[in-house]
Amino acid sequence: MNKDFEMVIGLEVHAELKTATKIFCGCSTKFGAEPNTQCCPVCTGMPGSLPVLNLQVVDYAVKAGLATNCTIASFSKEDRKNYFYPDLPKAYQISQFDLPLCSHGWLDVETEAGSKRIGITRIHIEEDAGKLVHVEGHGTLIDCNRCGVPLIEIVSEPDIRSAEEAKAYLQKLRAILLYTGVSDCRMNEGSLRCDVNLSVRKKGSDKLGTRTEMKNLNSFAYVVKAIEYEFNRQVAVIEAGDAVVQETRRFDPATGKTSSMRSKEDADDYRYFPDPDLPPICISEEKRQELASQIPTLPDERKALYQEKYGLSALAAEFLVMRKEIADYFEAAATLTKYPLIAANLVNSEIARLTPEEGTVPVAPAHLARLADLSGEGKLNSSMCKEVLSILFKEDQDPDALIAKGGFEQVSDEDLLRSMAKEVVASSEKILADYRSGNKKAFQALVGQMMKRTKGKGNPALIQKLLKEEIGE
Amino acid sequence: MKITEMSLRQLTGALADGQISAVEAARAYLDAVHEKEPQVGAYITVTEEAALAAAGQVDKARAAGEALHPLAGVPCGIKDNICTKGVATTCASRMLENFLPPYDAAVMEKLNAAGTVMLGKMNMDEFAMGGATETSYFHTTHNPRDLSRAPGGSSGGSAAAVAAGEAAFTLGSDTGGSIRQPAAFCGVVGMKPTYGLVSRYGLIAFASSLDQIGPLTRDVYSNAMVLNALVGQDKRDATSLECPMKDFTQGIEEGVKGMRFALPKEYFAQGLDPQIKAAVEAAAKKLESLGARVDEVSLPDLDAALPAYYVISSAEASSNLARFDGVKYGFRAKNFTDVESLYRETRSQGFGAEVKRRIMLGSFVLSAGYYDAYYKKALQVRTLLKQRFDKIFEDHDAILAPVAPTTAYPLGQKAQNPVEVYMGDVYTVPVNIAGLPALSLPCGKDSNGLPIGMQMIGKPFGEAALYRAGYAFEQNGGALV
Repeated sequence: MNKDFEMVIGLEVHAELKTATKIFCGCSTKFGAEPNTQCCPVCTGMPGSLPVLNLQVVDYAVKAGLATNCTIASFSKEDRKNYFYPDLPKAYQISQFDLPLCSHGWLDVETEAGSKRIGITRIHIEEDAGKLVHVEGHGTLIDCNRCGVPLIEIVSEPDIRSAEEAKAYLQKLRAILLYTGVSDCRMNEGSLRCDVNLSVRKKGSDKLGTRTEMKNLNSFAYVVKAIEYEFNRQVAVIEAGDAVVQETRRFDPATGKTSSMRSKEDADDYRYFPDPDLPPICISEEKRQELASQIPTLPDERKALYQEKYGLSALAAEFLVMRKEIADYFEAAATLTKYPLIAANLVNSEIARLTPEEGTVPVAPAHLARLADLSGEGKLNSSMCKEVLSILFKEDQDPDALIAKGGFEQVSDEDLLRSMAKEVVASSEKILADYRSGNKKAFQALVGQMMKRTKGKGNPALIQKLLKEEIGE
Repeated sequence: MKITEMSLRQLTGALADGQISAVEAARAYLDAVHEKEPQVGAYITVTEEAALAAAGQVDKARAAGEALHPLAGVPCGIKDNICTKGVATTCASRMLENFLPPYDAAVMEKLNAAGTVMLGKMNMDEFAMGGATETSYFHTTHNPRDLSRAPGGSSGGSAAAVAAGEAAFTLGSDTGGSIRQPAAFCGVVGMKPTYGLVSRYGLIAFASSLDQIGPLTRDVYSNAMVLNALVGQDKRDATSLECPMKDFTQGIEEGVKGMRFALPKEYFAQGLDPQIKAAVEAAAKKLESLGARVDEVSLPDLDAALPAYYVISSAEASSNLARFDGVKYGFRAKNFTDVESLYRETRSQGFGAEVKRRIMLGSFVLSAGYYDAYYKKALQVRTLLKQRFDKIFEDHDAILAPVAPTTAYPLGQKAQNPVEVYMGDVYTVPVNIAGLPALSLPCGKDSNGLPIGMQMIGKPFGEAALYRAGYAFEQNGGALV
């Protein structure tokens, strides 16, 4: 990474809304059906058919806006975006141009570098296009099932300065959409997709450079890779004395590289105009309030609560609240333990990792709380907690009973441990020399040998104390 | 009396009484179609077998004592831009020459439920763009009043069929005068309803904010009877509205005593055939003699309506017609090498010159850098004109105006001069721009014996008042044709 340059990133996120039916007709939005089984004259753009707005779409979009601190437009309209493409049966997409439903919002993200506020320019509603399927021997076929599936497009301000921030922004946005229940945000099904707009400039400059756009990235990892590659590419172009070309670029996950798709000169003039088939959308203050009252406690509120009540770090709290089901689980366990901080660490390190997306935690909150207590009381060390948890994930049971069956009690026999410590110190001349010459980390290697000898069950505090005594400190 | 000469009131009465059967009615009209089509050419498709079968069903239902709709068994023709399930709906374009809609338009559902008998689909200007039915891909329609002349357009087939007795009524669509002007040219009655009164679901869109379906008939009462069957809010058309009237024939005979008409001088400006001016003024006198009040008024900025109309209608058309790209249905050119050339060739070969002209015009006025100067300006004119009309309707029930600056002109005369054809819409487009209802009805003949049309323009949902006035005029010697 070139330290003289910084990147300026704005993200456009498309999220499919969780409505049962499409935005302008009654067809199902269910994912994965046989091609062209979920379409009708309206969503396939048959001559004479007309769109009628699904009001649930407006409700969901407004909720997304309220949850991201947006201003909700009392008067909004839908516009036609005209362009030809075989997956777009009407040859125009119904979207919103100059009067989006939501605007001027923001959300806060947490990275190693600290907390940061990212602006949200606008959120608007639009219809998805169909899918082109290339079939050997049949050429290109069109599946219209996705035509008319409702989307919101969330456009950020160009406030993002690193791949980590971009990832944190996407994770936070995803969490908010999941909390509010407006989208499934399943990236593997394409229900959450991201376009990255990126430019670079010399650090300290307040002028924006020429940007490129990378479209339809469907995983956070790709977003990070595409940003890193594109940053380095643009810096290299500038350092070679050339100019960055404004263009749309394709990211290839296989190579991790971006390549030119089309330049700005080829860009369509979309000839936006208000869709005459659809009356304006009016949202009353009462309606806005009604929707606001349906917004659940959001990630940031929970995060602040965990920091204040349980003393969690900002990063740990942020991680904990990212998945609503995980945060719910933590809250249930936290009330049952004297050591909520330990419970939080166990949730962040083990529970979150072992629980599949959208899955429920198979371990009763009380069981996790009991493990946190045992750990806090020095009866279980962390590796034993992990081991117990992995068993509870397979078959949930009373942890006390499981531990009583044997093999899990912490080894705190001072005589036994001291004799082991003597052996370890005697057989580790090199490590000891290293340690005594100032490498304090070398001590951990000694602890590691002790843990190996106790099969991970040694009492960590006691081991440290005895080792230090044997070394002569 | 010949079946094909009966008014709808007479025909429906005879059907209800069992004096004639639906099959007899259908047969009579089909005979007229066979006899006159070689000269008139009003139809694109004649659905003889289906018509006789449908008529048979009506007779069977009647024999079984079922309660039938007043229009059950009435033979009709449908403009070919209204979707009819399984029956070719071409918009008179090569682009849709073989297009079989998978569904019925909302008005067809209503008519089919009422038991009307569709004889076929009517010729029109391609995608309803034109004023003489001369831009049809298939053939020319001749004006039954003078076969050397144009029937008007774009609903020329619909008007000609009614004038020639080839259908008891027809449906047309009116975006800038496409029902009223051919009605005037052919000497029949045509209603362009208030925008939103009749569902547009299944009407292949030309300009969505202006299009309305309406009936063409030989007399005013018949027209009201047909409109009764078409109205009603449709949840599939977000611009459709609840109809406040249950029955447009109710009170139709009450006369014009006490009604107030406005005669805006801007409708009688230069370019209007003096014989038409005289006929409309004479009609105003006639209404006065029947007890109405007629005031000369001013409707400022009326001259801005025509350019605003061509900007708005072309803009919407350029988008509405973009879906005809050869990918999913309709015509597909054979000589393409990639997607780009598939689009280009299909649209080059599938559309006629007038349609291409409008698409280019519309694409231009919506393009970056021109939107504000054209499209946005046109929307402002639209708002202004609505206010101008509202002002007049504060103290008037209806406006009297000519329908067209000329009577039917010879076929081929204006085909090479599109601007002249556009100018012919000058009196009809303000109604569409403002979303108002207007009734076009005959009010005399010119020196060539050609019908002269007059329009009565009403307040939003003021159709009943228009029918009442039109009926009074017609019954008191107004119908000279």
